[in-house]
Amino acid sequence: MEFADEAPKLLMLLYGLIAFAVVVGGLLVLLDVVPNWFARRREAALVAASAEGSAVAAGPRPRRRSVVNRPEGVLALFFLLPTLLLLAIGLVVPAVRTTVLSFMDGGSDNWVGLANYKWMFAQDEILGILTNTLIWVVLVPLVATTIGLVYAVLVDRARFESAAKALIFMPMAISFVGASIIWKFVYAYRSGEYDQIGLLNQVWVMVGGEPQQWLNNPPLNTLLLIVIMIWIQAGFAMVVLSAAIKAIPNDVVEAARLDGVNPWQMFWQITLPSIRPALIVVVVTVSIATLKVFDIVRTTTNGNFDTGVIANEMYNQAFRFGQTGQGSALAVFLFVLVIPIVIYQVRSLRKQREV
Amino acid sequence: MMTTTTPPAPAGTESVPGPPVTRAARVRRRLNSPIATGASILIAVLWTVPTFGLFVSSFRPEDEIKTTGWWTAFSNPQFTLQNYQEVLFGRSASSGQLAGYFINSLVITIPSVLFPLAFAALAAYALAWMNFKGRDWIYIAVFALQIVPLQMALVPLLSFFSEGVSLGGIELMPAWNLDDEEKFVQVWFAHTCFALPVAVFLLHNFISQLPKDLMEAARVDGATHPKIFRSIVLPLIVPALAAFGIFQFLWVWNDLLVALIFAGGGSETAPLTVRLAELAGTRANEWQRLTSGAFISIVVPLIVFLSLQRFFVRGLLAGGVKG
Amino acid sequence: MAVQSRPRQAFAIASVLALALGATACSGDSESGLDPDSAECQPYSAYQGHDGESVSIYASIRDAEADLLRQSWKQFEDCTGIEIKYDGSGEFEAQLQVQVDGGNPPDLAFIPQPGLLARFAQANKLKPMTAEQKTLAEANYPADWLKYATAGGQLYGTPLGANVKSFVWYSPKAFAEKGYQVPTTWQQLMELSDKIAATNQKPWCVGLESGEATGWPATDWIEDLMLRTQPAEVYDQWTTHGIPFNDPRVLQAVDQAGQVLKNPKYVNGGYGDVKSLTTTPFQEGGLPILQGQCSMHRQANFYANYLPEGTKVGPDGDIYAFYFPAVDPAKGKPVLGGGEFTVAFTDGPAVQAVRQYLMTGEYANSRAALGNWISPNNKLDVSKVEQAVDKLSMEVLLDKSAVFRFDGSDLMPAAVGSGTLWKGMVDWVNGKDTKSTLDFIEGSWPK
Repeated sequence: MEFADEAPKLLMLLYGLIAFAVVVGGLLVLLDVVPNWFARRREAALVAASAEGSAVAAGPRPRRRSVVNRPEGVLALFFLLPTLLLLAIGLVVPAVRTTVLSFMDGGSDNWVGLANYKWMFAQDEILGILTNTLIWVVLVPLVATTIGLVYAVLVDRARFESAAKALIFMPMAISFVGASIIWKFVYAYRSGEYDQIGLLNQVWVMVGGEPQQWLNNPPLNTLLLIVIMIWIQAGFAMVVLSAAIKAIPNDVVEAARLDGVNPWQMFWQITLPSIRPALIVVVVTVSIATLKVFDIVRTTTNGNFDTGVIANEMYNQAFRFGQTGQGSALAVFLFVLVIPIVIYQVRSLRKQREV
Repeated sequence: MMTTTTPPAPAGTESVPGPPVTRAARVRRRLNSPIATGASILIAVLWTVPTFGLFVSSFRPEDEIKTTGWWTAFSNPQFTLQNYQEVLFGRSASSGQLAGYFINSLVITIPSVLFPLAFAALAAYALAWMNFKGRDWIYIAVFALQIVPLQMALVPLLSFFSEGVSLGGIELMPAWNLDDEEKFVQVWFAHTCFALPVAVFLLHNFISQLPKDLMEAARVDGATHPKIFRSIVLPLIVPALAAFGIFQFLWVWNDLLVALIFAGGGSETAPLTVRLAELAGTRANEWQRLTSGAFISIVVPLIVFLSLQRFFVRGLLAGGVKG
Repeated sequence: MAVQSRPRQAFAIASVLALALGATACSGDSESGLDPDSAECQPYSAYQGHDGESVSIYASIRDAEADLLRQSWKQFEDCTGIEIKYDGSGEFEAQLQVQVDGGNPPDLAFIPQPGLLARFAQANKLKPMTAEQKTLAEANYPADWLKYATAGGQLYGTPLGANVKSFVWYSPKAFAEKGYQVPTTWQQLMELSDKIAATNQKPWCVGLESGEATGWPATDWIEDLMLRTQPAEVYDQWTTHGIPFNDPRVLQAVDQAGQVLKNPKYVNGGYGDVKSLTTTPFQEGGLPILQGQCSMHRQANFYANYLPEGTKVGPDGDIYAFYFPAVDPAKGKPVLGGGEFTVAFTDGPAVQAVRQYLMTGEYANSRAALGNWISPNNKLDVSKVEQAVDKLSMEVLLDKSAVFRFDGSDLMPAAVGSGTLWKGMVDWVNGKDTKSTLDFIEGSWPK
């Protein structure tokens, strides 16, 4: 390794860090200045108002309330500005563009109305892909969260807790592609006359089965791909839920213990209600990640043998087949699928505000 | 523990006679019952075996990997470092050494974690505790943006960099025209954009759960929002920042697509993942290279996780403030 | 104020900065360039005058092959001062599309699919050739080949490398031992297969697994048989959708391929039954020949790259290839092949210089001298081609009686050629009947 080759990169990193310090530091300074400026202006306004001696000054000012409930639009804008700007450039524009393109043909030259959507629902193959996506999005959050939760509860305060947690978390540290390779190795097939190199077939042969081409046989193959996603996401669920479990106040737990609650009751009556918010975060995040799942299918089967999912087909249509319109229509369908989750968020936000 | 005051009993529990100490101990014992231990060991084994198989395979000679299962390596041990040698030093002289790509990965990852963390924390605070019109709708919109598939965002973002922004013939922003190392900026930018929705979502969840009384008390004492954010919220959300930081680190470190588009495949900017994909890809099913390559790329994220793991537990502190 | 001054840290940062800057300055210009006026550089004088400029090339060629490419234009770089930034990716087709759509295309690209080339040409993304380049291209390449880089009457590219697909790999040693003759007609090929099958060995081995491209080797079978059972004109109609995909003539060719691919007596030597085709990596498809578990493997000349190191390839070696025989040799010698085409997305002077250089005989010879490469460039000195199989491929390419056709799946729209055709072949090998497979592919042809 030549340091000279690496120096410009490290310099870039340094620039990046300086930029970070300047932007974030600058923002914080700005945020300090802005409210003061507003305060001064308000004071000036008040002074002016009282100088005029109008009736406004007559009423007692509810000072305390106003401090808490005064609208803070401009200040909030500064807090939100970087995020909103980046989101507009990086995600809002693409989302709008995709929606527009979904009404155009493959080369994005002519308007075709709803043709791409009709195509989507007319092809058996695409319908199969939509069904697969639904199976994914039901099974992955459910199973990954359950396993993560069970494991988090089981190893909580156990002797080798952090080591045990690291084991489950490890798949998170592996890229989706890497994880798919690992599992492809597990599912590998050699015909009966030869030694098996895949673990699953080895076990299957040991219990007396014929070696199977696991990834070729629908619908089992979709389930086997789902296993990979669960394997990855359970670590995420476990980490978040474990932190939530640890956040349950000690006195609550102790009180229940003293009351002689058995572990089962403890789980259902104390643990589960206490970690509900964390549980929702996990389910929502995993669901959305699952809707967008792409690498796993591409690395293992590339959607062959009826294993396709929306994101995978979208990529193929838009970038490999030059059918941008059809690919975009699939993407829009993904947007539609997330609506139930959004509605749920709206409702739970309302509830939270009411409290 | 000699108190006899019974705290309010959760519904449905009957009082069992006997000294509390023994009861607590028994509960604890039952928690660690053989079934529980067995179940956790089972899950741990299921989760570890595939990776372990790959790990063993990464030390086996090519022929062995392709003809016999990795478990036979224990009865018939044949190990080699050849695979690592090949991946680390490569056959392809011109594509440089892995170490260079390693540095690229670091240069890409560090700012790509810091920027979204800072921006999302600010935004999440505003969305949770500031009072302005349309705040819930902004939050929901940001949340919903999580679904936009990365793949569909690549082309517009790329043309943003390469063609700039113009509206009705007026150039609002010129093209960036970045070369070589400067392309890192594009990658940071892209990763930051893509990370924000989920970052805001996760941090908002955490920040909005901070005790309301604490916030209001501070406001009444005349603290401004920036001051509350800096001196009250920031210290409290350190565990959440660390947790999200780890996830973002893993996503960026393991990302292939964004790097491929915005950094290119050259040795000046391409990260480890691009290089490993190239190593493995020309001749698919070269298990020997895939296995060792996968392990090299796993090392850093694992170290990061293990060293920051304690922050997850510190979630306790944040919870302690509650109520 | 929150931002306190922290002298020590500031100092540390400053010193790192200074160090990094210093290192950059010290590294300086490491010009290993030759003297542009030296005798060695004489052939490149026409391309000089762009010193310090850089030209980016994007392609699907990676790893060791990419090294050979870089080596092949090293001297050009040294003499002209043009830096060629070559980048190879397994995601080439999709990434190129993204880069072009995003307004950030490479200067040059090597595109292996005439279909994709035509798509970019129609979208006005490609730069046509200068008159001088066109003359050079027409002088150096057969019209057959240039046709594949022509769209709307405009010539957009020239072939770089080529491959010949109509080959069957076999073991000359084993054939000699067992007294098998190299077949010269389809009839003989089938007789030989039966003869081998009668000895309780599966004569053929096939691998169709290739990641996201799984199924492509089967499409080569279909194309080869289309060329062998039908006149070349019908093949052309087939690839351009002049006849429907489920035409009875296509059905016949596919069924004929099925005589081997779906015949449990014939496949899959060394790997098991018919179902193992789709899970056997194409790179490993022919390896059982070396172990004597299989006798024949139909694959292009580039299969030599996938043989284990030390394998002796040649007419008297461990493995070699024979021409995939015609059904009726009297009607000519159909040859299926492929290759990649150099196209330009930008047209700066340095780009033009590189583009022009790549179509010359000097370049072809420079690359061929490094081995493992053939080209339809007629200035290529065949004596420079060393490997036995490459020599054989050149013979086939240059054979005047040969009827050459480009790989059909690369000519078709990508939605079919790299989509439903691959997928259809996978399902077909796994048991779907020919008729419904072809109906499915026909239904997917973009309107």
